[in-house]
Amino acid sequence: MTNETPAGDGAEEILAVNDITVTYRRPGRSLLTAVDGVSLSLRRSEVLGLVGESGCGKSTTARAVCGLEPLTSGSVLFNGEPVSPLSMKRRPKHLLGIQMVFQNPYASLNPRRRIGSQIEDGLGLNRQRDAWNVNELLEKVGLHPSDRDKYPHQFSGGQRQRIAIARAIGTGPDLLIGDEPIASLDASLQQRVAALMRDLAIQAGSGLLFISHDLAIVRTIADRVAVMNRGIIEEEGPVDTVWRHPTSAYARRLLAAIPVADGLGKLPGLPTRRQN
Amino acid sequence: MAGINASAAPATVSPGLSIRGLRLEIRNGKSIKTILKGIDVEVPAGRITGLAGESGSGKTMTAMAVCGLLPDGSVTSGDAIFEGQNLLDLSPRRMNALRGRKISMIFQDPTASLHPMISIGGQLTDHMRHHMKYGKAEAHHRAVELLTMVEVPRPEEALRKFPHQFSGGQLQRIAIAIALACNPSVLLADEPTTALDVTVQAGVLRLLRRLCDDLGIAILLVTHDLGVMSALADTIAVMRNGEVVETGNRFQVITSPKHPYTKALIDALPTHEAIMVDDDDE
Ligand SMILES: Nc1ncnc2c1ncn2[C@@H]1O[C@H](COP(=O)(O)OP(=O)(O)OP(=O)(O)O)[C@@H](O)[C@H]1O
Ligand SMILES: Nc1ncnc2c1ncn2[C@@H]1O[C@H](COP(=O)(O)OP(=O)(O)OP(=O)(O)O)[C@@H](O)[C@H]1O
Ligand SMILES: [Mg+2]
Ligand SMILES: [Mg+2]
Repeated sequence: MTNETPAGDGAEEILAVNDITVTYRRPGRSLLTAVDGVSLSLRRSEVLGLVGESGCGKSTTARAVCGLEPLTSGSVLFNGEPVSPLSMKRRPKHLLGIQMVFQNPYASLNPRRRIGSQIEDGLGLNRQRDAWNVNELLEKVGLHPSDRDKYPHQFSGGQRQRIAIARAIGTGPDLLIGDEPIASLDASLQQRVAALMRDLAIQAGSGLLFISHDLAIVRTIADRVAVMNRGIIEEEGPVDTVWRHPTSAYARRLLAAIPVADGLGKLPGLPTRRQN
Repeated sequence: MAGINASAAPATVSPGLSIRGLRLEIRNGKSIKTILKGIDVEVPAGRITGLAGESGSGKTMTAMAVCGLLPDGSVTSGDAIFEGQNLLDLSPRRMNALRGRKISMIFQDPTASLHPMISIGGQLTDHMRHHMKYGKAEAHHRAVELLTMVEVPRPEEALRKFPHQFSGGQLQRIAIAIALACNPSVLLADEPTTALDVTVQAGVLRLLRRLCDDLGIAILLVTHDLGVMSALADTIAVMRNGEVVETGNRFQVITSPKHPYTKALIDALPTHEAIMVDDDDE
């Protein structure tokens, strides 16, 4: 599966986020700057991880990239063209190449339609018409082809997350944004679905922006990682460098608080150092 | 995190929950699907009982059956004994009176416990005024205390905001606060920390441990995360395909799993050997 404009020239930037700021109104009259001068870039066949503490602005950044959040300043360029805030329904054609898997899988799926036809609609957007079929996509995410006739509420939380991913992948997006897309799966499914998402980026020459609060998962999927804290990017670099030698205080705390499955009943550290 | 309000503790040690032979079928037109095939899980007071297992294995449905929130077409049999009564036999009215009060649930989807058009303060205080007969000021005070306990930033301001104005992880903590509002004896926590990063998660895990140790709450902890399981659960039950395939104490299940599925789960864990936080990091 190669695209008309395959990766290779090494410089083809699919997404450029330039110094964006997003503010929200707080109760009363003051403003909250949820995203405070964030810049990111993503090339074809590249996976960028975005990690950070709960409430630091990851989902807001993702929504801004899709044009779902008005910018106070800065700009977002997708394939060189500006993304302007518009509702999903009135999206200009060139923006259909951006697909987002939302943090809450209910938000990515229509509750009233069978999941098979929702995935089919996604396939209709794919420029490469026979890239996938519904059954194959369902199997890829560990579901059964016979599940296609069911409605979203008939699935478990983790199954719903996987359906949303299957739909998004089926569209053959140029840019796939996953907002905590595999947070409720167990370790083996996480690895399987993360690998599937990564394959999409590598083989189809798409870009993947993978948002997670879990640095251990990001490490297995991303090439580069950006660490966000209180609306700003504190640290960015190749994922192994950040994992082994984190420079920001927050990245260090993140590493120290990962619970270890040793059966010893130790509560993970609030302190800065790993305990064991 | 603020301390637990000891004055609000139940006077007697809370009773636990005992699930025996729980079966669940869901009928949809002509088709009947067996979801739970006879689940046995003991959830004693003052203990954290972990429920692990594959996606789709029936963890959420087990918890939903206990608190009477099953989808249409559900047929259950078996026992879920709490305070000497079988919860599965209670009328919807009696179950509604228990739910949110003595038995409460943290839902996997945090928005499930929140009304989108009512402020967080409204939802938390209504709940407590209804179940606990708190006055307005008392309910407000307790609401601030609860949000502080789960580390929601700027609690007073948060009470005036609506669900869509929070991040995913903040909503999850608000859902935890709502579940704890009426000092339940049994807490069913369904993936309570999936949307939290590990630093915030560490605080929530400590909170759950304290509730259990200090107030004697019986906690059923559903999680796919064996790290969380290892930190918190006293005993672990592993489900697969609607059945409990392995039960045991935490150390035994994690270090010498008997069932192949449990083994596979543990083998799939990402290794942490490469975590190298420099020692001068204080
Ligand atoms: N519509 C809104 N109105 C007001 N404040 C908002 C709104 N949406 C988000 N916020 C606030 O903006 C900040 C950033 O939220 P965001 O959802 O981007 O965080 P996040 O990094 O995705 O966190 P999480 O990991 O918990 O999902 C939070 O403090 C949140 O409370
Ligand atoms: N309304 C429904 N009708 C029919 N089947 C359902 C319904 N809701 C859930 N199921 C099925 O019941 C099984 C158990 O679902 P449950 O939500 O308990 O799984 P789970 O163990 O919590 O999984 P996860 O880790 O993904 O949340 C799943 O196979 C699911 O497809
Ligand atoms: Mg988020
Ligand atoms: Mg579930």
